[in-house]
Amino acid sequence: MSTIEKNMSLTGDVPKNINALQKIGTAFGMLGLFIIVLAGFNVSMPHKEVWLTIALTALGGGIVLFAHGSYKNKLAGIKNDGVWFKSISSRGYLAWIAGIALTGFYIVLYFFAELLGLGIDGAANTGVIALFDPLSRVLSGNAASQWFVYGTLYTVAILAFGVKFIRKYKGNRYEQLRTLSVMFFQTAFAFIIPELMARLNSDDFSLPYNDLKNMWPLNYYAFDQWRIDQFINAETIGLVFLLFGILSIFVVSPILTYKYGKRWYCSWVCGCGGLAETAGDSFRQLSDKSMSAWKIERWVVHSVLVFSVVTTTAVIATYLGYDATKYWLTKDVFLIGVAVFLGVLFAVIWYFKKEELAKDARYGAIGYLVIILGLIATHYFSGNELFLFEAGKLRSFYGFLIGSVFSGVIGTGFYPIFGSRVWCRMGCPMAAILGMQQRLFSKFRITTNGGQCISCGNCSTYCEMGIDVRAYAQKGENIVRSSCVGCGVCSAVCPRGVLKLENASMNGRIDSNQILLGNDVDLMDLVNKK
Amino acid sequence: MEHIVIIGNGISGVTAARHIRKLSDKKITIISSETEHFFSRTALMYVYMGHMKYEHTKPYEDYFWKKNRIELKQGFVKTVVPNQKELHFSDGDKMHYDKLIIAAGSKPNKFGWPGQDLQGVQGLYSKQDLDSLEIFAPSNKVCRRAVIVGGGLIGIELAEMLCTRNIPVTFLVREEHFWNGVLPEGESKMLSRHIKNHHIDLRLGANLKEILSDENGKVRAVVIQETGEEIACDLVGLTAGVSPNIDFLKESGIDLGRGIKVNRFLETSVDAIYAIGDCAEQLEPIGNRRPIEAVWYTGRMMGETVAQTICENRLEYKPGHWFNSAKFFDIEYQTYGWVFANKKEYEEHFHWKHDDDTKCITVAFHKESQLFLGINTFGLRMKHEVFDRWLSEKRDINYVMGNLSEANFDPEFYKRFEGQVLRAFTNKISLEYKKQQ
Ligand SMILES: Cc1cc2nc3c(=O)[nH]c(=O)nc-3n(C[C@H](O)[C@H](O)[C@H](O)COP(=O)(O)OP(=O)(O)OC[C@H]3O[C@@H](n4cnc5c(N)ncnc54)[C@H](O)[C@@H]3O)c2cc1C
Ligand code: SF4
Ligand code: SF4
Repeated sequence: MSTIEKNMSLTGDVPKNINALQKIGTAFGMLGLFIIVLAGFNVSMPHKEVWLTIALTALGGGIVLFAHGSYKNKLAGIKNDGVWFKSISSRGYLAWIAGIALTGFYIVLYFFAELLGLGIDGAANTGVIALFDPLSRVLSGNAASQWFVYGTLYTVAILAFGVKFIRKYKGNRYEQLRTLSVMFFQTAFAFIIPELMARLNSDDFSLPYNDLKNMWPLNYYAFDQWRIDQFINAETIGLVFLLFGILSIFVVSPILTYKYGKRWYCSWVCGCGGLAETAGDSFRQLSDKSMSAWKIERWVVHSVLVFSVVTTTAVIATYLGYDATKYWLTKDVFLIGVAVFLGVLFAVIWYFKKEELAKDARYGAIGYLVIILGLIATHYFSGNELFLFEAGKLRSFYGFLIGSVFSGVIGTGFYPIFGSRVWCRMGCPMAAILGMQQRLFSKFRITTNGGQCISCGNCSTYCEMGIDVRAYAQKGENIVRSSCVGCGVCSAVCPRGVLKLENASMNGRIDSNQILLGNDVDLMDLVNKK
Repeated sequence: MEHIVIIGNGISGVTAARHIRKLSDKKITIISSETEHFFSRTALMYVYMGHMKYEHTKPYEDYFWKKNRIELKQGFVKTVVPNQKELHFSDGDKMHYDKLIIAAGSKPNKFGWPGQDLQGVQGLYSKQDLDSLEIFAPSNKVCRRAVIVGGGLIGIELAEMLCTRNIPVTFLVREEHFWNGVLPEGESKMLSRHIKNHHIDLRLGANLKEILSDENGKVRAVVIQETGEEIACDLVGLTAGVSPNIDFLKESGIDLGRGIKVNRFLETSVDAIYAIGDCAEQLEPIGNRRPIEAVWYTGRMMGETVAQTICENRLEYKPGHWFNSAKFFDIEYQTYGWVFANKKEYEEHFHWKHDDDTKCITVAFHKESQLFLGINTFGLRMKHEVFDRWLSEKRDINYVMGNLSEANFDPEFYKRFEGQVLRAFTNKISLEYKKQQ
């Protein structure tokens, strides 16, 4: 064997080459990006609406064309050929470039929007943001903001990559329906409806920008004073929205999660999940599956949840305190209410599910409860302004650290390096709540098919949440993990038909016994003897 | 402390080790000449196809072995010397054992074809085979055509693998239809068509005559027995089945047949030596099962069983109802119970195939008693638990067909076909009934 031939193996690989259609698709996509970048350099573009249309069409169309090139001649089946050979999907050179570019974009978006051309203090927009003005005027009647630009690109990405995903999972109706659902919720609920609703605003009437599906605590500013005030001032409509927001947190979501698991939100509705599942699909295999990553995940995500509960409580308590006459709820009642609610919740979990909690989970739960109650008590007794830290500061710190840096810069910017669901796994307080419920009070589970697992590892590799699915499947155990978003990809890529996402009775849902069928029954009894 | 030594770090050896550790504090050593850590052999194809990296095929993280005090030794056992209870390694090392478990697996069959040891001629079994494939068939520039000899489960995996790198494949299959020795005709034919849809040059009823060499001792072409046709190629994959990997035991005095002969307690003819997995050959038949079963889950079950025996609870190996699964390009296959390609005299089949030519089932039942014997499904997922129960409860065919939806395991929102299947079945019955009238 000559070394020359061996070297060729590094260059001549076929699965990472792209065909003509894919090249054309890439060219179109690049053209779209190029127009947007040109706009960023303030190249003069008369008829912005035309240029914007061209840019967005090229961008979305390029992606769709690329997908067509990838899948048009393929039969239904698993489409992961060459994933670990391609630079972009295996943390290669392209992945790093993409990661840095995306991260840079997020930093500019969150912290230096004027670089994108945002008109400050009523000045007209320039640059990229001005390019999006025509579309924004059509929808809301106002000039664009950096968030409008972001929302538009976000929606285009979910739609175009959604089409790609649907073609990739040809023959898998679960994946296709789920994707149509996120495409719909993003376009209608996150993008068009809130923009149109802004049209209702006038001098004496205004509603906050309201994405109905974006609930607290994912939406960490849901209960900020200015939003509550606007809702209250908008009278009936506003109150309906406010009520809907509260109901979705305390009634709708628990019921749906009980029936279907957290997937109803995380992989069917949510925008963050939507982007991860579509644009992020090429990166799902990069998630860390090690036991240590799982441990870190549990501490980090639950700490974020605690942080978010504390912050929100502090913010609300503060404005209830100094504007006491404006609201029917007083600060004291509110604080006591929160403390009682959390205490009861904790007691219920402890009473019914203590056995199912691992030792560290029990300590963690107690620790967190003590911290929260302690902070609430301090606040209760320490007059109005102080909550150990000042609530406003806490709130902006949360917004900066969790809302911007974690969810945007790291969560999405680092898709090509850490995988597509880092935010959902490590940082999302909503996922933490839904996950807790999924683990303890839900009908959802992934069932394993008797003794059919061959331990190949496809399921674990393609689980975007870094769940070691194989570890359960090869023992014949159901998978009931709080982090599972029910994307169904483990089931889709399993070559032996071992996994099925199901909603069924809670009895025997978590069975840590090894019930590998086809085996001798007496032997199984012995194996399960602890 | 008693020292348990296991030759082979495949699923059988590793399962034995894990369960011995659960049950006892004995010293455990696993020996392998193949890789440092246990990996899933069944996933080799996905590494070549770029679905996974080698690391992903390891079911346990590397710290697992130390944490569970399972020692790993890399080395090749050259001979086993039972009267000294010693293993001799090819590098001169020696190791003492108190009890020995042989889980040495299989090796690809070679039937004495001329040229079978040339460069570029290989099987697909070990990690080394995978590495060699990367040398001889990294791309279609280096490998302009590959020929695969032997149409079984590994042959078709190799064909799928090479396809992902756009390497043209000629597939020599001895049978009339693909895997016809195991599958009934309807299924075999459907698979043959599916293989051709993937642009494989499938040659049915074709045997290999010889493999030709170039001036450097590398494969140049193969010659087909029936037609004398010469096919130029850069790689020949020998996938005509596997046989137990027991050459190193020839001098050991352990009773050997095609494999290592074991009784129902997985004990060999020599005291304190056990054999499990692919390399074990059952002395007594177990139901319809073959004496040597080279499948993943039987290796696992033997590992669990032998662990009990070693830990002072002598236990018989008693596998339950037969089942298995595989995948042929895009078509998943599952089987529960027995469906024979060549029907036994008591056996009757009902076959249903979907119009799209990627889904079908064959159900076997007893002609007289109507007892349900087994089912093959293609392109449809079925519940193991349900069929296992029906087989134990000795259900009849009518019950099984009527309750098929209970066994469905397809993902949510998938189209269901039980209605169609049942209609086809009742039509067939009423037709036969009319014929009899
Ligand atoms: C490509 C492929 C796909 C497969 N797919 C499936 C499938 O889908 N479903 C299924 O049920 N089965 C499948 N099988 C079969 C299954 O993998 C085997 O039945 C199973 O791996 C056997 O396990 P084992 O532990 O008995 O032996 P092995 O996994 O072969 O392990 C034996 C180990 O012992 C080592 N060894 C042997 N002799 C010595 C020695 N003298 N000194 C040191 N080390 C030694 C070998 O190097 C090897 O590492 C597949 C096999 C292959 C090759
Ligand atoms: S376990 Fe399966 S369904 Fe759940 S997140 Fe992972 S891949 Fe998706
Ligand atoms: S569940 Fe399926 S994909 Fe996962 S290891 Fe088992 S056979 Fe492989």
